[in-house]
Amino acid sequence: MGRYGLRVVALGYLTLILIAPLAMMVWRTAEDLDGAWAAITAPDTIAAFELTLKVTTIAVVVNTVFGIICALLIVRGNVPGRGFLNAFVDLPLSLSPVIVGLALITLYGANGWLGWFQRHGHEIVFATPSIVLATIFVTLPFVVREVVPTLREIGTEQEQAAHTLGASGWQAFWRITLPSIRWAVVYGVVLTAARAIGEYGAVALVSGNIAGETQTATLRVEDAYQFSYGNYAPAYGIAFVLAATAILVLVAMLVLQPKGARH
Amino acid sequence: MSIAALRITKRFDDFVALDDVSVEVAKGSLTALLGPSGSGKSTLLRIVAGLESADAGSVVIDGVDVTGRPPQDRGVGFVFQHYAAFKHMTVHDNVAFGLKIRKRPKAEIADRVHRLLKLVQLEGLAKRYPSQLSGGQRQRMGLARALAIDPAVLLLDEPFGALDARVRAELREWLRRLHDETHTTTVIVTHDQEEAMDVADQVAVMSNGRIEQVGSPRSVYEEPANEFVMTFVGQAHRLGDTFVRPHDLEVTLEPNGATREVMIERVVHLGFDVRVELVDGVGERLSVQTTRDQAELLELAPRQIVYVRPTRHTTFS
Repeated sequence: MGRYGLRVVALGYLTLILIAPLAMMVWRTAEDLDGAWAAITAPDTIAAFELTLKVTTIAVVVNTVFGIICALLIVRGNVPGRGFLNAFVDLPLSLSPVIVGLALITLYGANGWLGWFQRHGHEIVFATPSIVLATIFVTLPFVVREVVPTLREIGTEQEQAAHTLGASGWQAFWRITLPSIRWAVVYGVVLTAARAIGEYGAVALVSGNIAGETQTATLRVEDAYQFSYGNYAPAYGIAFVLAATAILVLVAMLVLQPKGARH
Repeated sequence: MSIAALRITKRFDDFVALDDVSVEVAKGSLTALLGPSGSGKSTLLRIVAGLESADAGSVVIDGVDVTGRPPQDRGVGFVFQHYAAFKHMTVHDNVAFGLKIRKRPKAEIADRVHRLLKLVQLEGLAKRYPSQLSGGQRQRMGLARALAIDPAVLLLDEPFGALDARVRAELREWLRRLHDETHTTTVIVTHDQEEAMDVADQVAVMSNGRIEQVGSPRSVYEEPANEFVMTFVGQAHRLGDTFVRPHDLEVTLEPNGATREVMIERVVHLGFDVRVELVDGVGERLSVQTTRDQAELLELAPRQIVYVRPTRHTTFS
């Protein structure tokens, strides 16, 4: 009886917190499918999706490469300050994205230390570069946090064995280290991508939010909601696409992942 | 000489792991580095392989000074205590690794891996992953992998340390036979004196970062250079200034002037051997190793008073 009670509590909690809001949104989308579809296929929405895709791709690539390098430094490096690095990597998790956005504007804006670009026609703030920078900032920890424990767990013996068998440092990395941490990297990439697609606060501040130009998909949802005049179908429709993407990615992870690959 | 480690010193912070150690290994021999944990034997082996760098001294392999070279340029086969199996590769790919790195033709790799797997009796398991193998099988795979590159020397770091006693004994005997077939110069690190005596033709006994004695298994046992070797290689009791091994003590029922009086605490039957545990008048314990027949003849039993006399003993100045 207690077992069932516990299950009911857990399921009820999940339903209330996670499933109900999403289900409600799906329901509303279904109520006005034509309106939702029109909003999803509007040129400005397509542009927003394209921008989100572009920004996400760049953030994933950059944070995967640097995430793996950072993780290697934290676990294997014998450089001074790696404890500091380890602690600092988590900063984006504890810092409000709004502060990130504000800081970027301050730095890259015309009066900032790096305002040279802005003043000389290389727009960073209120343009794509700042959206990319903000997204990279907020998604920085995920690959590092996934890879560090796996690197610790695999140790260095396999790499040492590879060296004795003739492998150079680079060969050992590609043939031994990277395949050993691949699931951690994949998981980190998925979390990075999900966060990048969903980022709102930092991007809202730095992007300028110009429809069709510097408006990402999440900003588009907010826009559609703000200026709905009682017609919420566009907001629901675009939000539904974003939510469905996230769920698809999770399902793909579950399917792809071999049994027992994690823990 | 196939391997010469000359005047090697290695420190880890304040701890001196190796203190001006020199050791030479003859071509085609099987040498054991024997010592308790912390004696520096694994560190010495890792320095020979290039996995650790010495603070001072040099390593010469087959006449070439390899001191500054990374492990991949030394041509050594290394076998790790915890196997260091490539977990994401099949048994076949593990063994083929060194050959693939050397970009050998596919047909040659397939042929060589097949022969090696046969040699280590893993022919049927080529497509398995390391996680699907037993510890003994994993270590045989580790050996095949190390042998695949046709190493100038084969270095084994406590290779059987993580295995249970029966598999250990099996693999030990198998390693000896393998060595007799391949004649690859081999160095095995172990803390188990029985393993060293069993498998090696030369034993280097180490303690506290120094070599205490180098010699044949028989000579380190029968002519130990010092107290440490006497007590570490085989059992030994101290009787006054002299040391005596348990099987060099004779038990009699009557005193004869040269004997000491002791009381039997326990008689332990170990098959052919019988170990008799004794305590003397001042509470000092010692044990005698004797045969089953002898123990029966004397009708040895606990609480009995008997007399012991060393038939052979060693004194160090």
